[in-house]
Amino acid sequence: MTPETISRPDADDQQPRAIARTLTTGDKVFRSLCACAAMVSLFVIGGTAIFLGVKAVPALQEAGIQDFLTTSVWNPTVGDYGVLGLLIGTIIIATVALVVAVPLALGLALFINEYAPASVRRTLTSSVDLLAAMPSIIFGMWGLYALQDHLVGIATWLNAHLSALPFFRLTEPDALLVKSSFITGCVVALMIVPIITSVSRDVMAQCPRTQCEAALALGGSRWGMIREVLLPFGKGGITGAVLLGFGRALGETIAITLVIAFVVEANPNILESGGGSIASLIAIKFPEAQEIEISALIAAGLALFAMTLLVNLAARAIVRRTQIAA
Amino acid sequence: MTLLDERAEHDVHPAEPAVDSDEQAPVRPRLLGRRDRIELAVAAAAGLTGSGAMCLVFDWSHPLTYAIWALIIFLLSTYLLARDSQSPVVASDRLVTTLVWTSGVATVLVLVWMIVFVVAKGLPGLSLEFLTTDMASVGPLDDGGGVLHAIVGTVQQMLIASAISIPIAILTAVYLHEVRGRMTGLVRFVIDAMSGLPSIIAGLFIYTIWVLQAGNQPSGMAAGLALAILMIPTVARTAEEMLKTIDDGLRESALALGAPQWRSVMQVVLPTARSGLITASILGVARAIGETAPVLLTAFGSSSTNWSPVNGPQSDLPLFVYQLLRQPNENQIQRAWTGALVLVVLVLVLFVLARIIGERGARARGGSR
Repeated sequence: MTPETISRPDADDQQPRAIARTLTTGDKVFRSLCACAAMVSLFVIGGTAIFLGVKAVPALQEAGIQDFLTTSVWNPTVGDYGVLGLLIGTIIIATVALVVAVPLALGLALFINEYAPASVRRTLTSSVDLLAAMPSIIFGMWGLYALQDHLVGIATWLNAHLSALPFFRLTEPDALLVKSSFITGCVVALMIVPIITSVSRDVMAQCPRTQCEAALALGGSRWGMIREVLLPFGKGGITGAVLLGFGRALGETIAITLVIAFVVEANPNILESGGGSIASLIAIKFPEAQEIEISALIAAGLALFAMTLLVNLAARAIVRRTQIAA
Repeated sequence: MTLLDERAEHDVHPAEPAVDSDEQAPVRPRLLGRRDRIELAVAAAAGLTGSGAMCLVFDWSHPLTYAIWALIIFLLSTYLLARDSQSPVVASDRLVTTLVWTSGVATVLVLVWMIVFVVAKGLPGLSLEFLTTDMASVGPLDDGGGVLHAIVGTVQQMLIASAISIPIAILTAVYLHEVRGRMTGLVRFVIDAMSGLPSIIAGLFIYTIWVLQAGNQPSGMAAGLALAILMIPTVARTAEEMLKTIDDGLRESALALGAPQWRSVMQVVLPTARSGLITASILGVARAIGETAPVLLTAFGSSSTNWSPVNGPQSDLPLFVYQLLRQPNENQIQRAWTGALVLVVLVLVLFVLARIIGERGARARGGSR
């Protein structure tokens, strides 16, 4: 409000003072310090894009950008690099992970928010947080040595009864079923359950409690309330949560590297041994890589970076829009 | 068989709310009455015996198969029983309740299985010697050797990463919640993007600037930088949540007493949020301590104890486990499991510590979460 808008007849000198916000020197220093700290993350994301881009150039020149994205080879001796198969493999593993993780995570979110008695709820939120804090390598070891034996049985069953679906077929009848994209995806699924659960819990908790109570008061069962009130309300946010989980699954490295039998080509038979992802390519090839191959790995990393960044930003935008709408 | 018997019994006295004289209140489908409990028990018995019978008939021996079929039969019979005795609405409600409980129980079971498995595999190799020697003079087939070099690396790298990332992250949180400058929206957006950054990309980034651009050796310092990148978003977001719980009255009182903003933040807001900020930092450390991929790219790993974080390759616990696990040798794999046990214990300790401190802080603030 400017002083001119208020006019009192007899008091020109009594005009209210404009509120001035003069910052002390200390405040200025403090605020710029905070701004600098906040800039660090901008620098990291921007720097990652720039530095990976610059260092990827030599390999992209040698292999050609088009070949790099449309072929599936990794042959440092002749300088042939192509990541198409691995890009597809990354998406296959992440999709398997989503198919397994989403029902489990949504069930968990509903359980913690709506069903669990207070004592169980505490144990369960701790368990989910602990699952999130578990090192990726522990998931990998456990998946390889403990879970795999049990999943092979399920894989056999899926192949025997659902081979009408093309991705459950095998190239040869007695193909190995260990170290497959399916088993890797199941391990990754457990790693993305916490993020999907916690984000969709936050979204569901924003649903106006009165609406839920109203649905129950009208005689709805708890499932009726969830189906008609909670899920429609949280639809957008839950989609965002699922996308966030997808982003995590795309970037998962060590667990995949440990479990999968790495091949460069895309393997559409998910039950069969062999598969790969960009991140596992980097982890496997990097320790022995020489100059130009390192550049090719950086180019692969750049592709992964772009992919995860897009998925994550889309997910966050969707989640945020739901939260603002609430 | 049991299923049919129990069903017949129910049909004899169908419980109708209107007829029951002592039941004034309307039936509330959420609460389990005596009859519902019996139905659940019957369904459970049907599941357990039915699945057992199927296992016998089809000669399945796998416990997981048994569990899956038991669950399927249980779900089916709960649904049918409730549908028969009450209504389809109640039946589907009960079906979903069972499914939701299953997902909760399954998660806890997986977590317990994982921890028990690591403990069982790792415990045989654990000894004082394992914690106090390194792998410098130990051949792959020898006995002995240990994780000293990896523990040294882990501690140094975590200290470096914490020293860099925690101040930055807390100041970022202050920027987002207290300063609220012009770039708040952008910064929050970028922090979100960073929290989904694959850890291997963080390693690759530090490798390109530290080794390729600046020409330094791979070292513990580089690993610390890469881990710091991973810690910043975790700590900043949690810290911002903690700052949100601080009562605005406190800030305004400080400002009303004439304190400039920086003093109100440094002497009032941050000390009040102290326990929350410590929790945030510990959670960040717990996330970074288990990361293998960035350390693989930036510190390379080494089998001897390297006390210098700026000079030459270093190992750390997850990398130690990863590198030994890829060797086809029973001795090495046993060491990897024991290393994994040490790592899991560290993570658990950090996690419990964060819980205790966080809870004490919440109680100090008056029980509000």
